[in-house]
Amino acid sequence: MPEITYLEAIREALFEEMERDPNVFCLGEDIGAYGGAFKVTEGLLATYGEERVIDSPISEIALVGAAAGAAHLGMRPVVEMQFIDFIANAYDMLTNYVATARYRAFLPCPMVVRGPSGGYVRGGPFHSQNPEAGFIHTPGLKVVYPSTAEDAKGLLKSAIRDDDCVLYFEHKYLYRRIKGEMPPGDHVVPIGKARVAREGRDLSIITYAATVYRALEAAEQLEREDGLSVEVLDLRSLAPLDDAAIDATVRKTNRVLLVHEDTRTGGIAGELTARISERSFEWLDAPVLRVTAHDVPLPYAPSLEDFVLPQTADIVHAARRLAAY
Amino acid sequence: MARTGTKGSGGRGARTSATTPPAAVHDRTSTLSAEQRLELYYWMRLTRSLEERLVNLYRQTKVVGGLFRSLGQEADAVGSAYALERTDILSPLIRNLGSMLVKGATPLEILKQYMARGDSPTRGRELNIHFGDLDRGFIGQISPLGDMVPVMAGVTLTFRMRREPRVGLVYVGDGATSTGAFHEGINFAAVQRCPLVVVVENNGYAYSTPTRKQTLAAQFVDKAPGYGIAAEQADGNDVIATYEATKRAVDRARRGEGVTLVELMTYRRKGHAEHDNQSYVPAGEIERWERENDPVTRHLERLRAEGVHDDAIAAVDARVVREIDEAADAAERSGVPEAADALVGVYADPPSERPLWFREGNDAVVREHERVEGWGTFDAPARGAE
Repeated sequence: MPEITYLEAIREALFEEMERDPNVFCLGEDIGAYGGAFKVTEGLLATYGEERVIDSPISEIALVGAAAGAAHLGMRPVVEMQFIDFIANAYDMLTNYVATARYRAFLPCPMVVRGPSGGYVRGGPFHSQNPEAGFIHTPGLKVVYPSTAEDAKGLLKSAIRDDDCVLYFEHKYLYRRIKGEMPPGDHVVPIGKARVAREGRDLSIITYAATVYRALEAAEQLEREDGLSVEVLDLRSLAPLDDAAIDATVRKTNRVLLVHEDTRTGGIAGELTARISERSFEWLDAPVLRVTAHDVPLPYAPSLEDFVLPQTADIVHAARRLAAY
Repeated sequence: MARTGTKGSGGRGARTSATTPPAAVHDRTSTLSAEQRLELYYWMRLTRSLEERLVNLYRQTKVVGGLFRSLGQEADAVGSAYALERTDILSPLIRNLGSMLVKGATPLEILKQYMARGDSPTRGRELNIHFGDLDRGFIGQISPLGDMVPVMAGVTLTFRMRREPRVGLVYVGDGATSTGAFHEGINFAAVQRCPLVVVVENNGYAYSTPTRKQTLAAQFVDKAPGYGIAAEQADGNDVIATYEATKRAVDRARRGEGVTLVELMTYRRKGHAEHDNQSYVPAGEIERWERENDPVTRHLERLRAEGVHDDAIAAVDARVVREIDEAADAAERSGVPEAADALVGVYADPPSERPLWFREGNDAVVREHERVEGWGTFDAPARGAE
C-alpha cells in the first residue's frame, strides 16, 4: 500500500464512511465545489452530490444545530469548521444543546465536528488555535486529536460511528508533512486509547497532536546527548482520557513531562497533573512539569510565533531539569 | 416573494408594542368542523386549568423550580400546533404547554416533570416543560433562546433528504428573534428550502423587556422578506385565525415551498415566571387584555354564537377537571429519582459515570483509582506498572 498524507487519510475516512452508511453527510463552508479551505473534502461533491455534501452559509451555530437535529433522527452528520478557531461561535450549541441532549432528553446526537487546528503555520490569532481544553471540560462531548495519518483515518471513522458527538481536531501543520501507510481493510482506531509513540525507561513525555513530533525529536536528542531513555505517550483521545495508559507510563518511568501546544493556564496539562497526583503520587520521583504555549494569543510573525509555541529545545531543556531532579 | 395573510384578523393596528388588544373578529370561513372547534376549546381549557393546578402545587412548594404560565396565550399555542399532522415535529418554547398537549404530552407527565419525580419524562433531570418525545412529535427545548431554530432546521433538512412529507414547526418569542441562533437557523433553513414553519409569538415582553427594545422593525413579519421566505401574521388570541395562518404555512412547507415566518400577535398576562411581579408593565395594561381579549373567552363566545350548547361546553369543562384531578393524584404518588441515576446516560458509551471516591460508600472506587488506603506506604514494586 502506498503512503498517504494525514490530510488524505482524513479524506479517505470520509469517503469510506459515506460509502458505508447513507446516513453520513457533510456540511460546512466551501466544502463542496471548492473542496474545503485545505481541500480535505475534495471530490466528495462529485461523488455524493449536493444533498450529502452541503455548502452552507457562514453560520457555525446553524451548522452545529442543524447537525444535532439531523442526528436526532438517525443521520450521522460531519460538520467542518473551516478553521477550528470558529468553533467558538458554536460553543453554546455544542455545550448547552448537543452535549446535554442524551442526558436531559434521551436524544441521541451522533455527529462529528471537525476542522483544521493548531499553529506553527504563521496563521495568526484566528487560524492557529487549539481550543480543545474548552470542550474536554464539558460532559457529553468526546474529543480526539490524532498525530499520525493512520490515527487520522482510524479515529475519524470511529468518531463518525460513535453514538455521541465527537469533536475531531486535525492539525493543519501535519496535513501534508506527515504520511503513513494505511492498514488494510476497515481501519478503525478506538476512541479513548492512547498510543506509546516511543518506548523509554527514564522519563515520560505525555503529549498529543503536532507536539508529538517535537517530543520525539527531543527524545532522540536526549538519548544521543544525555543517554536518557525517553518514553513518548501520544494521547490521541483527550475526552475520554486513557487513564490506564497514563498510569502505566508514569509508574514505569516515575518522571513526567507534559507537553501541549495549547496555552498553559487551564490547558489539559493541568488536568493530567491532577490525575497523576491522585492516582500515582507515590510512583513519582519528581514534580510533574509542563511545556506549553505561553499565555498569549498566537501572533503572526515567525519570530513571535516560534517564541510563544513549545519547541523541541524547550522540551529538551525541561526534560533535563526533570531527569536531574 | 410569497407574502400572504398579513391582513389577518389580528392585523388591525398590529405593531410590535402590545398595548392595544385587537378587536375580536369571528372568522366563519374556517374549514374546521364543529367538533374540531370544540376540541380546540378542550385543549385551551386543559392548558389553562392545568397551569392553575400547577399554581396551587407551586404555592404548596410541590413544584421544585419555577413555574411558567401561558395565561392569555393558550390560543396561539393550541391553534398553531393543531395545524400539524401527527407525524410532524414541533419544538415548543416555555409558553407552549398547549402545543405540547395537542401533540400528545399528558397532564400527568407535565405534573411529574414540574414536581421533579423519578418517573417524569426526564427522570428529574430537566425542569418544567423541557421535555420531548420524537414518536409523538415534539422535541424538548433548552433555555438558551433561539437554539431550537437551527436544530429544527436540521430536523426538517432530514425530512427533505429522506423525501418524507413531514413538516417541522419551531416557536420563538419576540425576544429570541434578537439572537444569532434565530438568524442563522432561519437563514440556513431558507437556503436549504427546509419544510419549516417558524412561529414568532409576539407577546409584548421578553422577561421585562418590551418588544420596542428588541427591534425597530414595525412587525416581525417584516423580517421575512430579508430571508426570502413567506410570511403570515395572525391574531394569536383567535385560535381559529392562528390555526388557519399556521395551516397555510404548514401546507406551503409540505408542498416543498420552504420556510414561512408566522407572527402571532398575543399578550403575556403573567410575568416571565411566577416570581415576577410585573412591575415594569404599565398600569391597567394586563387588566385591559384580560377584560377585552381573553382567548378562551373569545373562543367560547364564538362557539356559543355558532350554536354549541352549554351542555357540550360543560362536558368539556368536567372532563378537564377530572383529567387533571386524576393526574395530580397520580403525580403526587410517584417517587423522587434515585440519586445514583444522576450519573447514568451522559454518553451511550460508557453508559454511566462512576461515583467519586470521596462519596461515602464508594470504597471500591477508592481502592481502584485513588489508593487512599495506601497513602504513606510506598508499594511501587509490588503494584508496579500495569
